Amino acid sequence: MSEWSQLERFLQTDPEDVGCGEAMEIMHVYADLVQAGADPEARYPGVAAHLRACGPCAEDLEGLLAALNDPHD
Amino acid sequence: MGSVEPAAHGDTTATLDPESAEWVRALAGGGAGRERALLRLHEMLLRVARGEVSRRAPRLSISGPELDDLAHQAAADAMMALTGKLEQFRGESRFTTWAYKFVIFEVSGKIGRHYWRKPDVRLDTEDWERLPDRMGFDPAHQAEWHDLIVALHRAVDDDLTPHQRRVFIAIVLNGIPLDALVAEMDSNRNAIYKTLFDARRKLAASLAARGYLNHYARRS
Repeated sequence: MSEWSQLERFLQTDPEDVGCGEAMEIMHVYADLVQAGADPEARYPGVAAHLRACGPCAEDLEGLLAALNDPHD
Repeated sequence: MGSVEPAAHGDTTATLDPESAEWVRALAGGGAGRERALLRLHEMLLRVARGEVSRRAPRLSISGPELDDLAHQAAADAMMALTGKLEQFRGESRFTTWAYKFVIFEVSGKIGRHYWRKPDVRLDTEDWERLPDRMGFDPAHQAEWHDLIVALHRAVDDDLTPHQRRVFIAIVLNGIPLDALVAEMDSNRNAIYKTLFDARRKLAASLAARGYLNHYARRS
């Protein structure tokens, strides 16, 4: 990938992106859907768009899923 | 930015699964039953907090007792937050998933605050020569990206508000994690993300107007 397209990709924003507030509000529901093998991206496309762009929220979801997949759970 | 469709998490309370219903009943009740539930809840939150700090530890400059202390603090604060919001649990997920979320967010916030304990961290330094490295630009292609960096610098100076500029410089140029900036600015993740989102959109428009973006698409 060229440097131009790298920068372009970084600056690109998705109008569907709901932001951290709404993604964090719904993250537990989203996580349960992921774990159930459902399709949270179809149900919450704006949250999915946000999770693709926001490292901290994606990290939180990853942590939540890791906790749900813990054998203690 | 978009929004979550209201129907997706409306205000109707879903039917609770038996385990979730038992948690809510015990925590909303009183006496010894509530005390036992609180103990169980704390054990569970602490286990999740420890798991999460361990998962993130390889990328942090925290280890040993300090890491465990962070887990204890996160579990205690999550416990406080959760019990204060119990009436907000609407059964859209399992109770445990909802509870775990509090711990995960507490861990993120505490790691963000911990970032500032590093001795060499600076918020407002501005070294544009670091940007190519931060963006992963290949030094061998400097002739190709040099003008782009100059244009980006000019757009940051000309088109962003002082707040947008400060957030952009901190996160993009100085590599400060978003949650650390949230802590430093006494803000919240949504506000800082939105500021950076708006800055990115402005910069993309500015660079496109100056003929810099879509460069790759035009050439391919």
